[in-house]
Amino acid sequence: MHDLTTAAVEAALAAGATYADARVMEIRSEAMAARNGVVESLDREERAGIGVRALIGSSWGFFAVPDLAPAAARRAGEQAANVARASTRVPGKDLELAPVDPQQGSWANDVREDPWSVSLAEKGDLLEGVTRAMLDHGADVAEAGFNAWDTRKWLASSEGHRIDQHIVECGAEMSATAVGEAETQRRSYPGIRGQYGTRGWELVRELDLPGNAPRIAEEARALLTADACPSLDATDLILGSEQMALQIHESIGHAVELDRILGWEAAFAGTSWLDLRQLGTLRYGSEIMNVTADATLPGALGSFGYDDEGTPAHPVDIVRGGLWVGALSGRDSAALAGVEAGGAVRADGYNRIPMVRMTNVGLLPGDSTLEAMIEATDDGIFMDTNRSWSIDDRRLNFQFGCEIGWEIKNGKRGRLLKNPTYTGISPTFWGALDMLGSGDEWTFWGTPNCGKGQPIQIGHTGHPAVPCRFRGIRVGVRG
Amino acid sequence: MTGSAADVAERVLELVRSRAADAEAEVTVGTGSDALTRFANSFIHQNVAEEVSHLVVRIALDGRVATTSFDGPPDNEALGRVVDSVLAATRVRPPDPDWPGLAPVADVPDPGHWDDATAGATPDDRAHRVADFVVAAGGLETAGACQSQAMTTAFANSAGQRAAGRSTAADIDGIARTGTSDGSARITSVRLGDLDGRAAGERAARKARDGADPTDLAPGRYEVVLEPQCVADLLLFLFLYGFNGRAIEEGRSFVRLGEQQFDPAITLREDPVDPHQVGIGFDVEGTPKLPFELIRSGVTRGAVHTRRTAAKAGTESTGHAVEGGEGLGALPTNPVLDAGERSTQELIGSVDRGLLVTDFWYTRILDPRTQVVTGLTRNGVWLVEDGRIARPVRNLRFTQSYLEALAPGSVLGLSSERSLVSGGFGSASLVPALHLASWNFTGGAKG
Repeated sequence: MHDLTTAAVEAALAAGATYADARVMEIRSEAMAARNGVVESLDREERAGIGVRALIGSSWGFFAVPDLAPAAARRAGEQAANVARASTRVPGKDLELAPVDPQQGSWANDVREDPWSVSLAEKGDLLEGVTRAMLDHGADVAEAGFNAWDTRKWLASSEGHRIDQHIVECGAEMSATAVGEAETQRRSYPGIRGQYGTRGWELVRELDLPGNAPRIAEEARALLTADACPSLDATDLILGSEQMALQIHESIGHAVELDRILGWEAAFAGTSWLDLRQLGTLRYGSEIMNVTADATLPGALGSFGYDDEGTPAHPVDIVRGGLWVGALSGRDSAALAGVEAGGAVRADGYNRIPMVRMTNVGLLPGDSTLEAMIEATDDGIFMDTNRSWSIDDRRLNFQFGCEIGWEIKNGKRGRLLKNPTYTGISPTFWGALDMLGSGDEWTFWGTPNCGKGQPIQIGHTGHPAVPCRFRGIRVGVRG
Repeated sequence: MTGSAADVAERVLELVRSRAADAEAEVTVGTGSDALTRFANSFIHQNVAEEVSHLVVRIALDGRVATTSFDGPPDNEALGRVVDSVLAATRVRPPDPDWPGLAPVADVPDPGHWDDATAGATPDDRAHRVADFVVAAGGLETAGACQSQAMTTAFANSAGQRAAGRSTAADIDGIARTGTSDGSARITSVRLGDLDGRAAGERAARKARDGADPTDLAPGRYEVVLEPQCVADLLLFLFLYGFNGRAIEEGRSFVRLGEQQFDPAITLREDPVDPHQVGIGFDVEGTPKLPFELIRSGVTRGAVHTRRTAAKAGTESTGHAVEGGEGLGALPTNPVLDAGERSTQELIGSVDRGLLVTDFWYTRILDPRTQVVTGLTRNGVWLVEDGRIARPVRNLRFTQSYLEALAPGSVLGLSSERSLVSGGFGSASLVPALHLASWNFTGGAKG
């Protein structure tokens, strides 16, 4: 494949690019979904092509073709440069790239059980079985599904990068919905987005969907008659690790994307409340808050060997002792910001330009446990499993909802609560963090559906998380 | 592309016939181009383009159904591999008791949403419009994108249905920024030539300047004038969780046909052949998309269906299946909300005390049945008092039932001016601004 990537890069340089890189990607995916005891869809996908990125002056030009013939690769390279040149009609300051030694290497993640080696019959039996079990235990609508991706990519750059990678990702989800007189209640397992990782089918087996199907169906039914989460201006809030993954993703992960901070996403995804002049001094949260972006975590969904412009995966400190110390970056944004290349640039296919993406952005664990947090709380609410998420375009003002909650009184879990929501402002909220779960509860949650960019790209991100307690949080916002 | 889209579709059907003569098969083939020029900090920073060659094959073998999509050169080797993959999948699947069968032979409308110049648009054509936008902003910082697309789509199934369509679409969508405020403007059309970058830039800059130095406003219930992007957002949630045949089938929808669920001022059609709309005249199952009413004078009149949801409901598909949307159900793609008789400026003039909202942002459903949604305002909010803009205010969070906002007695006016707003799943909504009696703002920028 490197004959193609090299030809494409050479064509871009010949057409006037000052820098160029080319990626061949071959992606195959498989998704199965069952509803109410019947497998309703089995979708497979194959995508293959080459995308070329060419730099001229202040702009990237990018051109992709769904074709792996040598002539197509050269055409893509030439067109990428032509597209970049058209941008000079509305120019800015010349773009520079933070230095990265040219890399030559191969990388693949560990897979114990290839998802494609598991028969469709077994997969179908699993999904149909768990949906039937949920129906049997009180669900009106029972859904389950899995997704698997097998991605091979080859990268070459005009600086000498020659990299190939093979990444297998896999995971599953299920949910039970109970329909009441005037509302519906849903419980998901293991979370609203399921659980995904750079792993094989062994991840799906470890989830034990059959063992959890009856419970979530019964919980969905029970929520219909539960009391509503009270509206309180301030209470102690304990969040389960799945909800913490969402909290991290939305109010840390996106906020520390350097392209947002630099205004490159201002019109669409938005900007950030963070100001680069405050890097190293801004208090993001309480002193027990430590966050890293680490693409080297084995099995996590945001792991890889090299990002899509060839920077080797490495951990990046984002928040240390509550202070903001780092950002997610690519070579162009890093150069502009005066920081080292963060290795956080990826594209979701051959036909999309690589952009800043979360790797595995997560909290480092503390020394508490969920049960210890509950015991230490006199008056509060424990919420778990994300249900809704909304945050402003600067990643500051958020309102998140969970599927289920429990009142906490005098250190004990009490009555069930439905429709729990909480709201806050990012640094104030993180400043209220006072208890962190330990390494035993550290879970590498995977988010397989993060939308960003124009044209939209769907990113796969990881979020190591533990249960956490926050003091004095507003809960129970209603319409 | 090796052969035309229609040729490729026929070759796939022939490959299926040669391997499994009794299989039911349908094929959708799309070819074309998609290009987008992005600007930020007032210069073009990303400029992307791609050639598109995409096909989707669905096969049912004795009621056992599987689907494969493929991006790449449709040579015989690739097509054979795709067909083999789908057939292999169907052979190990249990029968689907709800398989509705293939779309029957039917004529499909040709909406004519095509423009040769847009299909041949160059990076320079898009850059030219971006330059106009940036210059018209008069020194304010700008960001946004100009996109042009052209797609030819062919459908064929083994029941004899054949359909072909082509469509172009273009839009420019950008903001101007003052440091304390953003203002937005967007234009969507079949024709790139309709995109006046200068007019869009001027509008965005005017909004940004008018919104500069906003101040806080106490949360609470306010009258609102919602501009078209907000109105399109309202419709999206009504569609996803209400008019969607799947949501109705499962009891999750609020829709009750024949009931006065909305204000009498609301008449909503699904109309792919409206001359201001975009897109083609059939869905991914090959079913024609014909115009019909969803709401007439506030009375719920219809819902949208795929073949699967229609079979469950005992009705006909309306042609609203989307690729990969089996779990999602059916979605309107070309909604048209009837306009009112007063200008947007006149609607603002009739507000006692309320808010003018440019855009909604990051809206998420809290309860599908009651349509309670939370989200934020973006790109300009103003307090209106006694029919006049009093001052810009900072963005607000709302938690509001969309159904309640449009309930009988809640709609105080619709603008006579409509805009086409691009939405999710390839949809575009032709909608006016709305003047609503009450909107529940639940928080400000400070929480």
